[in-house]
Amino acid sequence: MAEPLLEVKDLVKHYPLTQGILFRKQVGAVKAVDGVSFGLHAGETLGIVGESGCGKSTVARMLVNLERPTAGSIAYKGEDISRLSGRALKAVRRNIQMVFQDPYTSLNPRMTVGDIIGEPYEIHPEVAPKGDRRRRVQELLDVVGLNPEYINRYPHQFSGGQRQRIGIARGLALQPEIIVADEPVSALDVSVQAQVVNLLEKLQDEFDLSYVFIAHDLSIVRHISDRVGVMYLGRVVEIGTDTEIYEHPTHPYTQALLSAVPVPDPQARAHRERIILSGDVPSPADPPSGCRFRTRCWKARDRCAAEVPLLAVPEVFPSGPAAHPSACHFAAEKRVVPHVPPEGPGGGAEQDTD
Amino acid sequence: MLLEVRDLHVEFKTRDGVAKAVNGVAYAVDAGETLAVLGESGSGKSVTAQAVMGILDVPPGRIAGGEILFKGRDLLKMKEDERRRIRGAEMAMIFQDALSSLNPVLTVGKQLGEMYEVHRGMSRKDARAKAVELMDRVRIPAAKQRVGDYPHQFSGGMRQRIMIAMALALEPSLIIADEPTTALDVTVQAQVMDLLAELQREFNMGLILITHDLGVVADVADKIAVMYAGRIVEAAPVHEIYKAPAHPYTRGLLDSIPRLDQKGQELYAIKGLPPNLLRIPPGCAFNPRCPMAREVCRSDVPPLYPVTESPVARASACHFWKECLHG
Ligand SMILES: Nc1ncnc2c1ncn2[C@@H]1O[C@H](COP(=O)(O)OP(=O)(O)O)[C@@H](O)[C@H]1O
Ligand SMILES: Nc1ncnc2c1ncn2[C@@H]1O[C@H](COP(=O)(O)OP(=O)(O)O)[C@@H](O)[C@H]1O
Ligand SMILES: [Mg+2]
Ligand SMILES: [Mg+2]
Repeated sequence: MAEPLLEVKDLVKHYPLTQGILFRKQVGAVKAVDGVSFGLHAGETLGIVGESGCGKSTVARMLVNLERPTAGSIAYKGEDISRLSGRALKAVRRNIQMVFQDPYTSLNPRMTVGDIIGEPYEIHPEVAPKGDRRRRVQELLDVVGLNPEYINRYPHQFSGGQRQRIGIARGLALQPEIIVADEPVSALDVSVQAQVVNLLEKLQDEFDLSYVFIAHDLSIVRHISDRVGVMYLGRVVEIGTDTEIYEHPTHPYTQALLSAVPVPDPQARAHRERIILSGDVPSPADPPSGCRFRTRCWKARDRCAAEVPLLAVPEVFPSGPAAHPSACHFAAEKRVVPHVPPEGPGGGAEQDTD
Repeated sequence: MLLEVRDLHVEFKTRDGVAKAVNGVAYAVDAGETLAVLGESGSGKSVTAQAVMGILDVPPGRIAGGEILFKGRDLLKMKEDERRRIRGAEMAMIFQDALSSLNPVLTVGKQLGEMYEVHRGMSRKDARAKAVELMDRVRIPAAKQRVGDYPHQFSGGMRQRIMIAMALALEPSLIIADEPTTALDVTVQAQVMDLLAELQREFNMGLILITHDLGVVADVADKIAVMYAGRIVEAAPVHEIYKAPAHPYTRGLLDSIPRLDQKGQELYAIKGLPPNLLRIPPGCAFNPRCPMAREVCRSDVPPLYPVTESPVARASACHFWKECLHG
């Protein structure tokens, strides 16, 4: 395989926990991200899933250089960009843009849509000379399916789905190669979610974009992703193609996560086996020794407390779909997504075409 | 029938005019039964529930018509003190956001205990023992040690359990759960839904589950009422509706779920947006977004047509429900 466009290695972000007002003293750290590695290939969509607090947004912010890693590297076309500054940083940033989750708070309410989408040109005037900007912004509005005449309107005049389109247009303004989308459809209603997902897929084809797509809705991630990484408490526990992860998960956390997703088919009730995890996720300030999942894992043994499992293809799976990286000492395949014979409106071949 | 809502209308006075949030909702739930109320945000799910519970914001809200029969008696005709007695003891509500519905300055033990002190006249000591029992019942680990903790000291999932405990304290016959797991992660959602279903079976309660998640509905509901712009557009047993919806809106929602065999293809998307409640379109409120809409849909409001009476009761508010069901 070709060299990845983006390669993340052993990425770490610790937020210091301090005590005292006059003499601030570090008493520990929130280990928000604690050794994350993955690659992103050109034209690919990498999905990242995991429950809230596992470090997804922190990874995203480091990818787009909104935050500096405590340790580790982020290589873009082979060059470490995590410690660049000045012009070099600016040049790279242009190519990696972010789309945020909340269309209600991420747009400045006092700026017009035109100013919001055109703002990146203030920092990168080389992309669009001043006289050309209005036309560019109108083009972008058109590209994301909004009326170009809305250029002078304000965010509150738009619905949630339309605001998310504005955020996407802004992300596209500098013609980036990579878009990091942090929960871009999580705040939207079902019918609007589908519209925005379709738009993102269309744009990917049209502009050769590569996506890091973060979400907690596992069925949407499966639909849009070529590969999927599963995070738990600051680490990637399993990564592979969508079929490898969804059909052949080998990490117990992935299995529990997938089994908990409600299946939109009442017939699945009888077929499914649910793994109900006990307790809560431990604090990232004080993660368990060894495997971080062991305190909630039904398979945990002594070794799991003593030894950190590496994210690697388990030896027991030399080939086949289970042979993908999984950070478990006792990795074993378990199918958890129920298979129900297709029936009814969505499952059959006769999708409606009106 | 435990609860029957008939032709309920609720309006809100706003600066820009009267918003018709609920326009003739009818649904029913029996003891031991789970009714899912499904719909996108703004469709009137919560307002209907608030009217049933008697906690509607009045004003600006106003019940403009209808009946709410609880065990055969119309709640809307009762005196306020009688309604207050029913609320909590006979019917209880679970909200999405536990943190803002629990009192932040009282310990959870105090809040749970108060239910027994106020409604059952128990001593403080007995009430506290009952509180611990309840916390155990909703599987809060180390209940005895945690009974003196404040709501913010619990995780989101644990707080939701405490709310369930509060709702169940007086063993009501009806529970309304308004998006009880929407703010929770899937593994926690599974824990909480499991608990709720188990307790419902044990106490043979009626459960109205308000949600926008078609997965949750398929998992737990017996029957379902789909809401759009303040009306029920389709009502059916859960198996029937997933097999063959009789309303184009329901069909659109089901079709927009990503399916395995659709990977790499466009998702089905319902075009457009839900209507502004100040200006609900004439005829069928869904007509501007409907792929099947014709002339009559733009002029005549469709009644809730009976689709089947037996073996199961189904209804659809679409002039062309037959086409939808078979096409
Ligand atoms: N600026 C910060 N200071 C301290 N802790 C933080 C900060 N940002 C995030 N965290 C903590 O880091 C962990 C991971 O957060 P986040 O990356 O937002 O997770 P996710 O996006 O997966 O929900 C959480 O425990 C969060 O509270
Ligand atoms: N207190 C209120 N004042 C004015 N309008 C309200 C109030 N509560 C609800 N509404 C309106 O009623 C409509 C239905 O709301 P709701 O029942 O909360 O929808 P949902 O289906 O999302 O639960 C919404 O358009 C909302 O704006
Ligand atoms: Mg996040
Ligand atoms: Mg609501």
